[in-house]
Amino acid sequence: MTLDQIELNEDKPRGHFSRALSRLFRKKIAVFCLVVIIVIYSLGVFSPVISRYSYSEPDYQAIRQPPSWEHWAGTDRAGRDLFTRVHWAVQNTVILTMIGMLSGGLLLGVTLGLAAGYYGKVVDALIMRSGEVLSVVPTFFLVLMIAATLRGRIKNGMIWLEDNTFLSGLISAGVADYLVISFALVVFGWFSTARLVRGQVLFLRESPYVEAARALGASTPRILFRHILPNAISPLIVSVTMSMGTMVGVEIFLSWVGVGIQPPRPSLGIMLYEAGHVSVLRNEPWMILAPGIVSWLLIFCWSLLGDALNDVFNPRTQ
Amino acid sequence: MGMYIARRLFWLPALLFAVSLITFYLFRVAPGDPVTVMLGAKARPEAAERLRHELGLDRPFWVQYFDYVFSFARGDFGESLRYPGQSVKDLIIPKMWVSAQLSFVALAISVIFGLPLGFYVAHKQGYAIDPIIIIAALSLMAILPMISVPTLLWIFCLKLGWLPCSGWGGLWDTRIIIPAITLGTPGIAFFVRLMRASTLDVLGQDFVRTAKSKGLGVFTIDARHVLRNAIIPIVTILAFSLAGLIGGALITERILGIPGIGYFAVESVFQRDFPVLMAITMIAATFFVIGTLLADICYTLIDPRIRYN
Repeated sequence: MTLDQIELNEDKPRGHFSRALSRLFRKKIAVFCLVVIIVIYSLGVFSPVISRYSYSEPDYQAIRQPPSWEHWAGTDRAGRDLFTRVHWAVQNTVILTMIGMLSGGLLLGVTLGLAAGYYGKVVDALIMRSGEVLSVVPTFFLVLMIAATLRGRIKNGMIWLEDNTFLSGLISAGVADYLVISFALVVFGWFSTARLVRGQVLFLRESPYVEAARALGASTPRILFRHILPNAISPLIVSVTMSMGTMVGVEIFLSWVGVGIQPPRPSLGIMLYEAGHVSVLRNEPWMILAPGIVSWLLIFCWSLLGDALNDVFNPRTQ
Repeated sequence: MGMYIARRLFWLPALLFAVSLITFYLFRVAPGDPVTVMLGAKARPEAAERLRHELGLDRPFWVQYFDYVFSFARGDFGESLRYPGQSVKDLIIPKMWVSAQLSFVALAISVIFGLPLGFYVAHKQGYAIDPIIIIAALSLMAILPMISVPTLLWIFCLKLGWLPCSGWGGLWDTRIIIPAITLGTPGIAFFVRLMRASTLDVLGQDFVRTAKSKGLGVFTIDARHVLRNAIIPIVTILAFSLAGLIGGALITERILGIPGIGYFAVESVFQRDFPVLMAITMIAATFFVIGTLLADICYTLIDPRIRYN
């Protein structure tokens, strides 16, 4: 009889996750945040279906209109519908936060954290020291330097790809912008996850059940992925959720400064930048409403959700 | 403990060395030649070549790097590329002073509002006011400066006309109000949560129960026993935030046209002003490392159970 069969034969008590989930759903504020995030993210995902206007084509019949039934969030100086621009902007946010979470937060962070914790010594020192070096530079400054210095290189690479392969339209589709921002997100995002996973591995590696598994002849990958990682997953969920709000913020920051998403593609950062000038505030103050509210809700809800998950997974800390 | 501090101090130069190498490399591989930025795209190639030679930018990477490191160690940060003839030191020190004043006022706002509120909320556990204040604090924390600065400008400058819309006039000028509120507000939320957690921790201790059972008044218990103990961890965090004061606030400074270090850093990134960028990065990193070390030392002084090895 193998280990898996023993686990299956037991009467299954309610698992850690189902208990945690039911605790989560009892928190009204967490449910509210979850709903808000799902609604905003679906707005982004279904942008091509729901948009009634173009996000980039000017419409000179409808310039500078305050919010109305026709244009829910009003229009800008070129007559572009701001609601349309916001949900297309959210699409960028969705794509980038997902890339950032999967690549930097999960793939790279978990792999490096596992490696550092399990192998120790040189591997550990190498990974942790390089993470420390990166974390010494202020986040926004680091991200800005990476994005600003890589932009030209990545763009040249894209032009080369378009010229030399069958791929085309990479630049107009904004692939270069996505790459620049994702790279910045990954560089700053992997270390917190890696440090967390490493700590868990160091703690769990010495526990009796891992020793037992090793005594039974389990291989290193099996111990890492089957025995250690599942036990490290709840703090991982909390930390990744909490970092999502920061990633939304980083994208806004980069586009606001001018090294992120490039016009005419809309982004929350670009829209906030356009709406923030004093002359615009004087004449078209509604322009800041839609991007402002959406970005505030996203960051607020991700951080509240992270908090709620933290309470749910660690019931002892209040 | 002495060993620990010594090791951390030994690690500092190594860390700075690595940071400088990465930053230096990033800007060397970056497209966007500083000489082109300085002379404009239409400059004659010979002139560009001459300038590049004068600035020493045509030397091999390692030569340039070690030249930089040695002069940095002597306290010479070099000359700005953007403002020729001006030393980086003279350029950034006044700007850091501006940012430091602004951050100091912002920190004062956060502390003055955050600590009493957090202390109050901790006594209200189980009442509706507790989660309401915590959620309100989190919602303030989630407002980006790109949103709060324009909103405050719209209210106080355009609608009410109470404050000027931009500029900088030092610590005692009305123009400091909007940026200080912007930067201080997220900090209020931070200190409310911190103070609440710290106070709750103390309220659950045995000596507080003893004080209550002795029949001491609520005020005496709060002032003598709870507050004094709850404030200790906060003080260390405060020491830590002081290190962040020179960081500046690039977004707020940029919108409001405040001549601080944050705004200057962003400008230098775009103008490829390597010497300035290197200096800012290195100073920020040094402050960060020393700040972390100070916070660690404070923790061990306050709580002797903590041991680093």
